[in-house]
Amino acid sequence: MQITATINGKPVISEVEPRLLLSDWLRHDLGLAGTHVGCEHGVCGACTVLFDGAPVRSCLVFAVQADGHTIETVESLGTPDHLHPLQQSFWEAHGLQCGFCTPGILMTLKPFLEQNPDPTEDEIRHALSGNLCRCTGYQNIVKAVQLAAKGPSDTRVLD
Amino acid sequence: MKPAAFEYAAPKSVAEALALKTRYGEDAKYLAGGQSLIPAMNFRVMQPTALIDLNGLSELAFINGDGDELRIGALTRYSAVEHSPLVAERLPLAVEVVKHIAHPQIRNRGTLGGSLAHADPAAEMPVLLTTLSGRVRAESARGSRWIAAADFMLGPFTTILEPDEMLVEIALPTLPPGVGAAFQEVSRRHGDYALLGAAATLSLGTDGTIAAARLVFLNAGDTPKVAGLATTQLIGQTPSAELFATAAQAVDGDIEPMGTLHASPDYQHHLARVLARRVLARAAERAQAQPVA
Ligand SMILES: Cc1cc2nc3c(=O)[nH]c(=O)nc-3n(C[C@H](O)[C@H](O)[C@H](O)COP(=O)(O)OP(=O)(O)OC[C@H]3O[C@@H](n4cnc5c(N)ncnc54)[C@H](O)[C@@H]3O)c2cc1C
Ligand code: FES
Ligand code: FES
Repeated sequence: MQITATINGKPVISEVEPRLLLSDWLRHDLGLAGTHVGCEHGVCGACTVLFDGAPVRSCLVFAVQADGHTIETVESLGTPDHLHPLQQSFWEAHGLQCGFCTPGILMTLKPFLEQNPDPTEDEIRHALSGNLCRCTGYQNIVKAVQLAAKGPSDTRVLD
Repeated sequence: MKPAAFEYAAPKSVAEALALKTRYGEDAKYLAGGQSLIPAMNFRVMQPTALIDLNGLSELAFINGDGDELRIGALTRYSAVEHSPLVAERLPLAVEVVKHIAHPQIRNRGTLGGSLAHADPAAEMPVLLTTLSGRVRAESARGSRWIAAADFMLGPFTTILEPDEMLVEIALPTLPPGVGAAFQEVSRRHGDYALLGAAATLSLGTDGTIAAARLVFLNAGDTPKVAGLATTQLIGQTPSAELFATAAQAVDGDIEPMGTLHASPDYQHHLARVLARRVLARAAERAQAQPVA
């Protein structure tokens, strides 16, 4: 089936089989391998992308369902030279170790911080409840979010 | 973990979706939020021959306040209910319940109709529908019918829906002044399926005694379990911690928990007694906070 979607701001036309998962389309057909795949049944959150602005599991959506919709992946955030404030904060607060869970966490947090610019720690932990991290530990991830909310140059959060 | 091949259709109206279902037959499935169906397809536990994607049916995504009930379209997502000012005002219990379902990312896709049609005994929506004695409306090429909550769920993952029927609308009665409600559950991590949960509504008469009470358990049997034994003894009594503690002892006779990987039936019985006490007490507090005029 032919589909047309807006991926990271650009229109993309593609021929897909109905059974192709959105996560696999992004990774294998479009080369956007920043979206990670952990469990493929909705539990880990590594594959989280924005679907019309809202975070969803890309392993629980078929690529055909993206037809006519807007998808944003972690590649839409920053570049190595110009990190997004969230990426900068994760760097500064050591919010990642292996980085496997990070793309899903960043795509969950982007709309969260836009809607809650000054979240409490509880709200941050709740927002992250659908994203598993198996190596960093959540302390530094929470700190990174607090840092991003304050603006990454405000390093008082880290003291 | 990749789904088996299937045909895909994205109808633009309910009528078109129903016609497609008739054409594809019993092995075709409706696809709503996909948050239960797609994991099952990824595991190949389910291999439908065709998917009829309901996500284009904007006519099924609505929340209306109609007299003494809310009318909610089957394709309405959990997150729409969670953030609806109308639901917050008219039926705060629904917001309280929906927040316990999975994680924000899953609530952005999962639908009320999908959850009810799926009929998982560990799911929150069927318990909400049962607690409020709500109704659902099903449509097929043969016509439309309303089904009462008590008749809807037949067993685990089994409803009274015929293969050609689609769930289109859900009616949830709102709670008048003098009725308090509460929901609580215990899960291993926030957002996980609950080991056990309980919902209660409780209404007080003008003299402050209990006029009616309803207590419904999640994951305590094949379908939502209504605790009739525990609640009959509340009628006519004045709410107190002792009263609810005594009533909670009677829930053992009302439930038949089957045990889960992480909770034995004994532990589930224990949770049922504790949660019964807590939700009844909270429902009573809330009823007292907004007495009948
Ligand atoms: C990690 C994870 C955690 C979860 N935790 C919870 C939880 O704690 N509590 C909970 O309740 N759920 C939980 N869920 C499941 C989630 O709530 C699902 O969204 C819900 O069970 C099904 O709704 P859906 O819209 O996604 O339906 P789908 O997955 O699209 O469909 C489910 C079934 O219903 C049928 N169906 C769908 N819509 C209709 C309709 N209108 N008419 C007739 N048949 C229809 C489909 O054919 C399918 O058989 C979880 C899911 C995941 C992935
Ligand atoms: S890969 Fe999608 S949630 Fe784990
Ligand atoms: S950084 Fe390794 S899993 Fe989170």
